[in-house]
Amino acid sequence: MNIFVQMWRSLFRTGVTDSPVHRVFRVVVNFILHLHPARVSKNGIKITYTFCLGGLSVLFFVMTALTGGLLMIYYTPDVDKAYANMLDLENVIPFGMFLRNLHRFAAHAMVISVSLHMLRVFLTASYKSPREFNWVIGVGLLLMTFLLSFTGYLLPWDQLSYWAVTVGTTMAENTPIVGTKGPFSVLGPEEDMRFILLGGTSIDQPTLIRFYFAHCIGLPGALVGLMALHFWRVRKAGGISRPL
Amino acid sequence: MNDKTELKERLRLLTVIREEALLRQRDIYPREEKVDTWPNLVVKELIALLIFTIVLVVWALVQDAPLEELANPGLTPREAKAPWYFVGLQELLVYFDPWMAGVVLPTVILVGLALVPYLDPDPIKGVGRYAIGKRKFAAFCFIFGFTMWFVLVVVGQYFRGPGWNFYLPWESLDSPKEVEVALTNFPLAAGIAFLACYYILGLGIPAVTFQNFFWRLGLIRYHITMILLMTMMLVPVKILLRQVFHIRYIVETPWFNI
Ligand code: HEM
Repeated sequence: MNIFVQMWRSLFRTGVTDSPVHRVFRVVVNFILHLHPARVSKNGIKITYTFCLGGLSVLFFVMTALTGGLLMIYYTPDVDKAYANMLDLENVIPFGMFLRNLHRFAAHAMVISVSLHMLRVFLTASYKSPREFNWVIGVGLLLMTFLLSFTGYLLPWDQLSYWAVTVGTTMAENTPIVGTKGPFSVLGPEEDMRFILLGGTSIDQPTLIRFYFAHCIGLPGALVGLMALHFWRVRKAGGISRPL
Repeated sequence: MNDKTELKERLRLLTVIREEALLRQRDIYPREEKVDTWPNLVVKELIALLIFTIVLVVWALVQDAPLEELANPGLTPREAKAPWYFVGLQELLVYFDPWMAGVVLPTVILVGLALVPYLDPDPIKGVGRYAIGKRKFAAFCFIFGFTMWFVLVVVGQYFRGPGWNFYLPWESLDSPKEVEVALTNFPLAAGIAFLACYYILGLGIPAVTFQNFFWRLGLIRYHITMILLMTMMLVPVKILLRQVFHIRYIVETPWFNI
C-alpha cells in the first residue's frame, strides 16, 4: 500500500467502505460521534425542528473554552496586573485582541442560542415525559451559562466590569434575611450574601480571585458535568422527541 | 475484508441493535422512520459548525470587545450597566426594590422554569411538533415571559441613559432630563387589600370560570401555576401603575416595599 494511503486510512478505524454496516459502525466506534445513536429519527434531524440550537450551544461553549484556555496564558487574576494584561492582549500579543473578541462574542452567542434552544424545546413540548428531568437539567445549564458570562465580566478589571458587577452584587446585599440590607435582615455586612460573594465588603482582590476560580474552573466544570448528563438523558429518552 | 473481521463487525452491530430494541421496549412511541446518522445528521452538523465558526471569526475580526479605563471605585461612571443579558433585571429596578428585582423574581423565574414539566397536566399534546395552537395557555405563558425578558433587556440597553432616565437611542445623553414626576404610594391598608385581591381574584376567577382546567390540573398544580402566572403578571401591572398612575409602591412598610 502507498505510504500516504496507509497514513490516511489509519485515521479511520472503520475503513473507507460504504455499506449500511459501515455507516452504523462509523458512528458507534467514533469517539465524538458515539454521542449519537447509529440511526436517528427522520423528524429529529429536520433543520426546522431543532434549528441545530442544542448543537450550536455546544459549539459556542467549545469555542469559549478553547479561546478561554489561551487567554488564561496571558491573564493574571491580580488587581494590579489584570488590566495591563488586557492592554497587552490588545497591543502586544499577536492575535490577542482576536482571541478576546472571539471569546466574548462566542459567549454572547451561547447565551442567545441556549435561550432559543429552551424556547424550541418548549414550543415542541419536548419537556413532557420521559424528558421532564432533562428539562430541569437544562434549566441548570441555563443558569450556569448566565453565571459564566457574569463572572467573566469582572476579569478585565476596567470601569465597565467593576460597575456592572457592582450592580449585580448590590442585589445580593438586598437578599431577604441573608443580605444585610434586605428585608428582615439578620446578618451584618461582614457575614451576609454579598460578603460571601465578594470575599469582603467591597469588590477587590478576593473578589477577583473568586470570580476567576468560578469562571475558569468551577462553573465550566459544572457545565460540562451537566452537559454530559443532558446528552445521556436525550439518548436514554429514545432520542429527540417526535410526534406521537 | 476478510471473513473474520466481517463476523466481528456483525457481532458488534448486533449489540447496537440489541440496545435499541431494549430502548424501544420502554419507549412509549410507535416505531418511527429512521435514517443513518452517518451521513444524514453528521453532514448537517458539519455545515452548521462551519457556518457559525465563520460568522464568529468574521465578527471577531470586524468588531472589538469593549475595554474602558482601569477600574476605579472612586469614580462612578455616568451610567453603570449590568451585562446585557442581566439588563432586564436592572430595568426591573425601576419598578421593584432590589430584593424583588434582583433576588425574588429571578428565583421565581428559575423555580418556575424548572417546574414547567410537572405543571403541564397533559402528557402528550403537541409533543414533537410546533403545535402551539393546541397548547394555547402553556404557549401564552411561556412566550409572554420569554418576550418580556427580552423587551426589558432592549429597553434597558438602548433606551436608558444617565440616571437610568429614558432616552431614545438617537437622543444625546448629554441633554439632561427633567426630574421625575412625583410618585405616590398606596396607603398601607389599601395596598394590602389590592395585593390580596389581585392574588385571590387572579386565582379564584379562572378556577370558577374554567372548571375543566381547574380539575384537570388538580389543587396543587393549579395553585402553583396560577401563583407563578400572577407573579409574572405583577411586572406589567407595576409598570402600568407607575407609568400611568404614578404609583411607586403597592405595599409600603418599614421592612419591605412591593
Ligand atoms: C449549555 C446549554 C445547553 C446545551 C449545550 C444543550 C444541548 C442539547 C442538545 C445537543 C440537545 C439535542 C437536541 C437539540 O439539539 O435540540 C438537547 C436537547 C434537549 N434540551 Fe438542551 N441544551 C442546553 C440547555 C438546555 C436548556 C436551557 C433546556 C431547557 C430549560 C434544555 C432542555 C432540553 C430538552 C428537554 C431536550 C430534549 C429535546 C427533545 O428531545 O426534543 N436544554 N440539548
